[in-house]
Amino acid sequence: MDYQGDHAWILTSSALVLFMTPGLAFFYGGMVRSKNMLGMLMQNFFSMGLISVIWGVVGFSLAFGNFGDGGLLGDFEFAWMRDLFDPSSGARPALDMIYQATFAIITPALITGAIADRMRFSAWVWFLGLWSILVYSPVAHWVFGGGWMAKMGALDFAGGAVVHINAGAAALAAVIILGKRKGWPKTAMPPHMLPWTLLGAGILWFGWFGFNAGSAGLANGQAVQAFVNTNMAAAAAMLGWLAVERLKDGHATTLGAASGAVAGLVAITPCAGFVSGMSPFYIGAAAGVICYLAIQLKFKLQYDDSLDVVGVHLVGGLVGSLLLGFFADDVVNALGQYAAVDGVFTGGGWGLFKDQAVASFATFGYSFAMSAIILLGLKAVLPKGIRVTEDEEDQGLDLTQHAEVSYALGDMGSMARE
Amino acid sequence: MKLVTAIIKPHKLDDVKASLGEVGVAGMTVSEVRGFGRQRGHTETYRGAEYTVDFVPKVRVEVVVDDGDAAKVVEAIAGAARTDKIGDGKVWVTPVESITRIRTGEAGADAL
Repeated sequence: MDYQGDHAWILTSSALVLFMTPGLAFFYGGMVRSKNMLGMLMQNFFSMGLISVIWGVVGFSLAFGNFGDGGLLGDFEFAWMRDLFDPSSGARPALDMIYQATFAIITPALITGAIADRMRFSAWVWFLGLWSILVYSPVAHWVFGGGWMAKMGALDFAGGAVVHINAGAAALAAVIILGKRKGWPKTAMPPHMLPWTLLGAGILWFGWFGFNAGSAGLANGQAVQAFVNTNMAAAAAMLGWLAVERLKDGHATTLGAASGAVAGLVAITPCAGFVSGMSPFYIGAAAGVICYLAIQLKFKLQYDDSLDVVGVHLVGGLVGSLLLGFFADDVVNALGQYAAVDGVFTGGGWGLFKDQAVASFATFGYSFAMSAIILLGLKAVLPKGIRVTEDEEDQGLDLTQHAEVSYALGDMGSMARE
Repeated sequence: MKLVTAIIKPHKLDDVKASLGEVGVAGMTVSEVRGFGRQRGHTETYRGAEYTVDFVPKVRVEVVVDDGDAAKVVEAIAGAARTDKIGDGKVWVTPVESITRIRTGEAGADAL
């Protein structure tokens, strides 16, 4: 029964990470126009429904089956919830399954920020399910499931590549295939309620302790290290983002504070259990500045990444994954279950950096290509396509996709039962 | 009877209300509106992208008064709403053909 502390922490972490998805929904929801608020919330919230089922039936097994094979994909050993409740380990496989389910839920949810205001809900449902099986499970196997990237020696503590580069690459493919929102970038589409965005960012920060510190897998010193690094990177990134924003635009904004914190949380994700000392401050600050600059690119390159999923998650994930090649510290690594390895700044040479670069770009390439194939396939097959009509886009997703409105605040509407 | 309509800065509403009370106005209707005159709007910045917002929040005050009271009501509103800065708003007077108190059916000046 010496697993009790570990179980308590991973169960707690599972709940923390699950809470990130509604947090993300509100982070994004505040940034869209009020007519699309429920559309945004639903694309995220629905992931908790669909992906939980897919993950239990087959997704977890494809990602974590045949653990440590050094290969491309798991197998069906845990499919249909088989063999999860092993009594001798306190049902450890089931614990891993439910903890990882929360990652599988939030990763595709990250993409919704890029495709805001214009994807047909039925097309999102298809994309979500197919992407989870064809993209998330394989990529998770490559690293978390002991696949080829893990065998090569690349490190990804909690999902810099598996979660953030993966979702960011899919987001880039999606905005290219889906096209711009009607009127973008001439028509102003400012956030409708930034308080939601700040609340959502706060929930994300809170939940991220489960995401990163829970990824130690045990209630140990590495979990403590990851917990501390997570907070410090978010803090430094907020300051970095606000400093450059204040210099360039003249104001420190609330949206900048929220965005900076999230960029830091993204960048520390692959590093959390592998770096020490002042490293989280450097990694966070770098992410805050670089992500702020990266989001300006969409106007130059003319792709409508509506809420900057590419600029924050793809770029932030790359920043973290690549900087790990410089900052990794074998003293911290040794606290956990991983092979101890140093980065460039800690005397380990360029070996780890090379592995990190290969892992990052392989993840980007696979996710981008496969996401594009899924979307082009759906566009060809679905009778109404993947995008709402222009008229529906004008009316908003709340009404046209869900037959509801977000804010019925006045008494003046005349409503009768049919 | 006259309808006095004023567009004022939102934060001057309480001053205008008090000033109207002092000249004997017993009731008024206010609504939140948006608009611009010479003041134009302001700029907002979200993640480095600048937006110009032309329509700024204003409050519209409407009062129906007896013909003889219109001038002093206009003065009361203008005096209370004035900050001497651009964007203080406008006040205008239009004739009213008839007025009826819904509860009692009283008409004309009795309904005010």
